[in-house]
Amino acid sequence: MRRLVVIIPVAVFAALVGVMVSLLTDSERNDNLSRIPSALIDKPAPGFALPQVDPSVPGGFATEDLKGQVSVINVFASWCVPCLAEHPNITRIAEAGIPVYGINHRDAPEAATEWLRRHGNPYTAVGADADARVSLEWGVTGVPETFIVNADGIIVYKHVGPVTEDALENRILPKLREAERG
Amino acid sequence: MIAEIGQFVLILAFVLAIVQATFPLWGAARGDAGLMALADRTAIGQAAALIIAFAALTHGFVTSDFSLTIVFQNSHSLKPMLYKVSGVWGNHEGSMLLWVLVLALFSAAVALFGSNLPPTLRARVLAVQAMVGGAFLAFIIFTSNPFDRLVPAPPDGNGLNPLLQDPGLAFHPPLLYLGYVGFSMAFSFAVAALIEGKVDAAWARWVRPWTLAAWAFLTAGIALGSWWAYYELGWGGWWFWDPVENASFIPWLFGTALLHSAIVVEKRDALKSWTILLAIITFSMSLLGTFLVRSGVLTSVHAFATDPERGIFILAILAVTVGGALTLFAWRALSMQGGGLFAPVSREGALVANNMLLTVAAGTVLLGTLYPLIIEALSGGTQRVSVGPPFFNATFGPIMVPLVILVALGPLLAWKRGDLRAAAHKLVPAAIAAVVAIIATFLLVPGGPVLAPFAMGLAAWLAGGATAEWAGRIKLFSAPLAESRRRLAGLPRSASGMTLAHLGLAIMIVGITGSSAWRAELITTLEPGQSAEGAGYTITLTDVTRDRGPNYNFERGTILVTDDGREVATLIAERRFFPVANQTTTEAAIHTTWLADLYGVIGERGRTPETANAWTVRFFVNPLVPWIWLGAMVMVLGGFLSLTDRRHRVGAPRRARSAAPQPAPAPAE
Repeated sequence: MRRLVVIIPVAVFAALVGVMVSLLTDSERNDNLSRIPSALIDKPAPGFALPQVDPSVPGGFATEDLKGQVSVINVFASWCVPCLAEHPNITRIAEAGIPVYGINHRDAPEAATEWLRRHGNPYTAVGADADARVSLEWGVTGVPETFIVNADGIIVYKHVGPVTEDALENRILPKLREAERG
Repeated sequence: MIAEIGQFVLILAFVLAIVQATFPLWGAARGDAGLMALADRTAIGQAAALIIAFAALTHGFVTSDFSLTIVFQNSHSLKPMLYKVSGVWGNHEGSMLLWVLVLALFSAAVALFGSNLPPTLRARVLAVQAMVGGAFLAFIIFTSNPFDRLVPAPPDGNGLNPLLQDPGLAFHPPLLYLGYVGFSMAFSFAVAALIEGKVDAAWARWVRPWTLAAWAFLTAGIALGSWWAYYELGWGGWWFWDPVENASFIPWLFGTALLHSAIVVEKRDALKSWTILLAIITFSMSLLGTFLVRSGVLTSVHAFATDPERGIFILAILAVTVGGALTLFAWRALSMQGGGLFAPVSREGALVANNMLLTVAAGTVLLGTLYPLIIEALSGGTQRVSVGPPFFNATFGPIMVPLVILVALGPLLAWKRGDLRAAAHKLVPAAIAAVVAIIATFLLVPGGPVLAPFAMGLAAWLAGGATAEWAGRIKLFSAPLAESRRRLAGLPRSASGMTLAHLGLAIMIVGITGSSAWRAELITTLEPGQSAEGAGYTITLTDVTRDRGPNYNFERGTILVTDDGREVATLIAERRFFPVANQTTTEAAIHTTWLADLYGVIGERGRTPETANAWTVRFFVNPLVPWIWLGAMVMVLGGFLSLTDRRHRVGAPRRARSAAPQPAPAPAE
């Protein structure tokens, strides 16, 4: 009897560990935890108007510019290292004929102009969001972030972090094709 | 370069931990003094290595070296210096490094000051400490390396979570860790004793001060965390029964039980296997707390570093350390039966009751915290339940009532066989105080739950009982004052410490009762210049201004509180926006009179055109709430006062005697 009593703690503990293991190895649950939900999906793009960064950079754009065709909105900054990493892939989207709008997040105009001059400017238009007010409206939590807006001006997809080769091929391009079909 | 030194010494510490965990154990089994002595040197070496590693990481944060990944992720060049330093442990990797550093410092303390411990016990304690430390060092090196580099280095960092940029929270984690990790000493002593197959009074004399210190730090840490939640989260609450809060509270409850049962082992040579089990469980709960917070198994506002991979690793550590210790317990515990018989009504009996109640309370909180997880696992994720404050309030409170009644009685009972009648006689003043408190509360404070006056009576009973016991020991009022003074000088500090800790509990009960029974709130939308009435006051939002702080922008609302036209307080509350983190925090304005807190918060500005110039204003009247933290402070003071008792410094009397004949310090050689 007493032998049994001293075994109780280790038995209870073993059962507890079993519960924890089953929770941790449930991959679907972990997937749900790591995905950042966005309240903006399937909602109209927020109302905004952004000024030009510099006379040499095409731009200044507003909500109305996003209507009529599928477009990509990319939030970037010259000080952001991952933005440079995704820049070739953003350029590829533009080369595919899809207008890409750039929200220049918390940046100095000179630095942004110099960055675009050095690395190429794939953007149809760039808007200066120096105080991040518009980024806030878009629910941006960090740079870079990329959105797909359909021809009706509805946000259909949000990508957090740099657009990698993999993300471009497997998520963004299929989503763009889907959006273009309507 | 400095980060690479940190990386190197971190690995060195891991290697030392492996040596410390194995050879001394072997040496103790074979009786090889040389191998046992290795434990001391490796423990000190490990502590030194981790001090250097921690200093290297701190250097990275202070100099804003963004080539280090965690500095980039958690710091920012514009951040005030205090938060650059606290940023070291304000993230997963750094806080784990702090965890092992504290563990190594405790081990080094045993190596340096444990000369009066039997050599085999010392070697085994240090080996067990090194097993725990080594496992966590492996965890850090393989899954959470704080010295990971980022190439190319970004020009600036992401900043620390603004909620964590607060002086209160800067010191909350280190205090909690001193508590959590402090319990590792009790654990290591328990496991070493199981290996030795021997528990005696000397063992308990060693375990008690460590447990006491850990308990005091944990009390301070939890209190600081709750205070932070009170003034920073902006809802006027101070305890939310949040899983992460519970994760620190469960070890506290078990630790409190351990603190009391170790006294019985020391004085009466009884309750040995129970105390060993409590020591194992207390530290297990600290590990479980770490696991729950770090793994993402529990989703909580506090879980700031969640990663399933890391969760598996910590779970493995938990399974091996705790599972191993409990298996050892099942195997060896029966050989530890002690003597020390006692009657049910006795000091031992009261302490057993204390242990039972505290264990049941801790078990209740543990069950409430884990129940949603267990249901989710058993139902295969199809069923989700949540256990909230109603469960905890309904179950925890009723367990505390008999405990508090006993706390006043227990210290008045003698060891072995207590005299209930004599104790009851000494408690007459406490009973009178309780009745007066109940009637006074009932008459003076209208409204509130029926039970509230009785809770006040309970606090008065406890305070009266604790004071009566202390006064009785120094014969205050029953003997001449000089006699009392002489007795006070002779009274062990641990006795006064206990009285203080129990008084602290009484003060805390007053605060908890007041703030939960008579709390009033007013939540409204006001334009500048508008007023609203409620919670017994009139509040006016006089104006709202905007400005810029060091790394945030803010809106500052001035709320005038009046009572029948008479100005009571002007509350200046802020709502801060941190652009780097894109996050908003509230800074509550608190006006305290010690009898009540007037608590004001300015919320969001209206979104529709009609409300564009109006702000949400939250106003709370929290009666007696400062008493909660005052009580916690008194408890911590009691803990530290007791620690200064010379009887807790093992071997101190002997050292004092040998030092006494020397009139002057010997010159250095």
